[in-house]
Amino acid sequence: MIRYLAILAQTLAAVALAPALVGFIRWLKARLQGRTGAAPWQPYYEIRKLFGKEAVVSHTASWLFKATPFMVFGTSVAVASLVPLILAPSDSFVIGDLFAVVYLLLLGTFFLALAGLDTGSPFGGMGASREMTVVALTEPTVALSIVALALNAGSTNLSQIVARTIAEPSMALGPGHLLAFAALFIVTLAENGRLPVDNPSTHLELTMIHEAMVLEYSGPYLALVEWGAALKLLVFLALAANLFMPWGIAVSLAPAAVLMGLVSFIVKLAVLAAAIAVLETRVAKLRLFRVPELLSASFVLALLAVMSTFLAR
Amino acid sequence: MSAESGTLVLMVAGFAGGAGLAFLAPSDRGARLVTALGAIVGCLGGLAAAATVIVTGRPVIAVLPNLVSSAGGIVIGLDRLGALFLALVAAVGLLAAIYGVSYTAEYDGRRPLRFFAVMFNGFLLGMSLVACAANIFTFLLAWEVMAVTSYFLVMTEHESDDTRQAGLWYIAMTHFALVLLLPMFLLMAPSADATTFADLRLGARVLPTAARDGVFLLALLAFGSKAGIVPLHVWLPRAHPAAPSHVSALMSGVMIKLGIYGLIRVTFDLMGGGPTWWGGLLLTVGSVSALLGVLYALMEHDLKRLLAYHSVENIGIILIGIGAGSILNGFGLHALGRIGFAGALFHTVNHASFKALLFLGAGGVIQQTHTGNMEELGGLIKRMPYTAASFLVGSAAIAALPPLNGFASEWLIFQSLLAGTHIPRPEVAIGFPIAVGILALTSGLAAACFVKAFGISFLAMPRSDHAARAQEPHWSMRTMMLLLAGGCGVLGVAAPAVIRSLNSIIDSVPGLSAGEPVAPSPRLWLTMPDGMTQMSPLLIAVLLGAIIVAVALALHVRGLRVRRADTWGCGRIGQTPRMEYTASAFAEPLRRIFSELYRPTEDLSISVHGESRYFVRSITYTSHVVPWFEKAFYEPLTRGVHACATQVRRLQAGYVHVYLLYVAAALVVALASAWWFQ
Repeated sequence: MIRYLAILAQTLAAVALAPALVGFIRWLKARLQGRTGAAPWQPYYEIRKLFGKEAVVSHTASWLFKATPFMVFGTSVAVASLVPLILAPSDSFVIGDLFAVVYLLLLGTFFLALAGLDTGSPFGGMGASREMTVVALTEPTVALSIVALALNAGSTNLSQIVARTIAEPSMALGPGHLLAFAALFIVTLAENGRLPVDNPSTHLELTMIHEAMVLEYSGPYLALVEWGAALKLLVFLALAANLFMPWGIAVSLAPAAVLMGLVSFIVKLAVLAAAIAVLETRVAKLRLFRVPELLSASFVLALLAVMSTFLAR
Repeated sequence: MSAESGTLVLMVAGFAGGAGLAFLAPSDRGARLVTALGAIVGCLGGLAAAATVIVTGRPVIAVLPNLVSSAGGIVIGLDRLGALFLALVAAVGLLAAIYGVSYTAEYDGRRPLRFFAVMFNGFLLGMSLVACAANIFTFLLAWEVMAVTSYFLVMTEHESDDTRQAGLWYIAMTHFALVLLLPMFLLMAPSADATTFADLRLGARVLPTAARDGVFLLALLAFGSKAGIVPLHVWLPRAHPAAPSHVSALMSGVMIKLGIYGLIRVTFDLMGGGPTWWGGLLLTVGSVSALLGVLYALMEHDLKRLLAYHSVENIGIILIGIGAGSILNGFGLHALGRIGFAGALFHTVNHASFKALLFLGAGGVIQQTHTGNMEELGGLIKRMPYTAASFLVGSAAIAALPPLNGFASEWLIFQSLLAGTHIPRPEVAIGFPIAVGILALTSGLAAACFVKAFGISFLAMPRSDHAARAQEPHWSMRTMMLLLAGGCGVLGVAAPAVIRSLNSIIDSVPGLSAGEPVAPSPRLWLTMPDGMTQMSPLLIAVLLGAIIVAVALALHVRGLRVRRADTWGCGRIGQTPRMEYTASAFAEPLRRIFSELYRPTEDLSISVHGESRYFVRSITYTSHVVPWFEKAFYEPLTRGVHACATQVRRLQAGYVHVYLLYVAAALVVALASAWWFQ
């Protein structure tokens, strides 16, 4: 029982922490670019303000447009409750494995793309088309990264993967692990609309992907969509952190272990977020039709990860 | 007569009655009702028979040796494997028949409904008997009944050129299958009077390796062309859109599955499985079909053609599962191989449910708007809310989104591919991760394709007057769609229970189970044999549902004010459907990325104003994607056939005495060769 309460608590913590993660990346990016930038907790003000506003919905939109924000936010929260954040997941009660995580996120994207088409705005359609293209092309990389991880752990259960890496720390420095990490990091950028695939801070119609899809959202609906997107980024970074470098994660519910887990989780998130911020100040956005090259590079990395893990066994 | 064979008699009587009594119906409406009534009785009989066999495990056997005794008579033997497919035929047939009553209402007075009744019920009878047949003659007879009746059903709207083309392709490909089936059975049959499946099973044990390989290749080609593997799938995207939608649902949902049935029956039941390269070939063919199927589906803007290409994709996914299971079995990893077979059989059931649903949904749209062209649809979610909701469920299910059934079966197939890494031979094992990549890409592209299919057809503003005036179809049609949508959900969350009964079917076929019993699995979880990997579709559904309900409640308690306004449009006033994204535009990024494969032909013509070339009067842009294998393989083939036919036509003089001469000459040649060979 206490275990479920702990998972509930860590999920709520992740939901609460997600806007700060986005705010932190924005703040660090501003500093790196020589701007003062808004404080890292700026997204909380934005979300509070949006929840207080009325929502404007297009005449052409249907019930699907109104249902989608709940679907997006719901899938993000559901996934956050499945992945290892502060606590190492236990073997005793498994709801879904890594495939379930990936396909739940795809469910959210599926609805978001439909909502983009629902208003009849060409921007929405453009965003939906591009988003689904990028997502479809990232799927093989994601699946092969799962294979690389599962090859070591003998299972796609998150608990098994984490436990196995903790038990054998040397494995984390093996070529298979490192290559799979690189592949998954590129996927994280692509799936979360970060540079060089998509620019989260622009509203230029020629380049935007995610922002184009959600262009028609306003008020509480927009708040849910943005919050869900922030949570999705947090989940991806948590996966990258805890599946490849699980050290510090709380394996028991002792207060000291949980505190250690929380601190190490925040430190790992901060390091990865800083990496994204540095990357986003260094690289320019790719043309849409150059994106497949990046994604096929990530696919090759994942394939190499599988091969090297396979041959090293 | 036992109760079990009684249900089979009921089934045959129902179909025969539906076909025959339609002629006595006083009106066209009556004929439609009688057609459906016969089909309903027949399908209920079939369902009862299938359920009994699956539950008790005792096969139903009926032998009519005096009927066509020279060919071995009619032998019926319904075992668990056949019962699964009979259940699919009967379940989808039942819904399609009820749906058809209203769907064919527009044929009143315009088309021969009594002829349609014979063909529809004959089609159902043929498909049911394929699953029940237990000797060569019965199987081929049922197979041919199924093929010919479905040809006439495809030709229902025969006045259109496209339909006649489709019919020609279909009848040619289906007889290509038959031509290969004959030598396949010939190779297997130990003697002319030992033609029951039990005889073949015994005979297969002593068959030389070369003959076994030959049988397998013939089975793959013959049953594969029925199932729609690439490159033998060319008839699918032509025939399925041409047929009435409830017939398309049957053809795509069930008939092509009988190709899978035949393949499993011959390869794994009668032959008892084979060497590793059989599985490897199945895995390769499956991967290629899955990927090419979805890639060509993306380029289709006709709803039913798009769905037909997705059938090719899903048949590919099923074959990936069968191939993986077969290879794993070959290396003695029976418990893991079973995951592949269970996934494949489960996906077979699932594909029947969501593909039938999607075709029935598309039928509703076509009945209301008289077009399947997505570029002329749009906005239907407001005019046809139930149809739209069902189609959305079907789209999510076929895109393998949790917690629906497509996800559960693809999860199992993914796991069986992951299990391939246990194979000790690296050159074999290395193929499995590549198949994982292909399967993942396929499901990602399928999600993109169904965002297109649903988003363009049902959302935003109507793009034509027809779409703007559409109404919900008749309640009987809607109910069938909602039932199937519910089925997709139930099969998803109850996946562990379904897998249990599929395991009992796998146990009954030694070539699939290799005689190893399966450990009982938990009720709520799909698990791997080592118990280290689990996933529970039901718990995922509960978790997701609870979160969404909680958030929605919280937001509504706080008070959610909504104002309706125009879509934002950069300052322009008024929004028209021409501003919406189109299906072609939606698929354009993928068309460019895969342009090496598609090699689209593009034609752009701009007419400018006489005074200045900077003033454009009109722009016409057309683009076509013709699949490469049609250009490379089928075009030369059809040209060759045409050339031969032109030569052969010279024999046709048109005079009776010349034909009599031919008959006499043929007789002499036959007698002479008989004498020679003796």
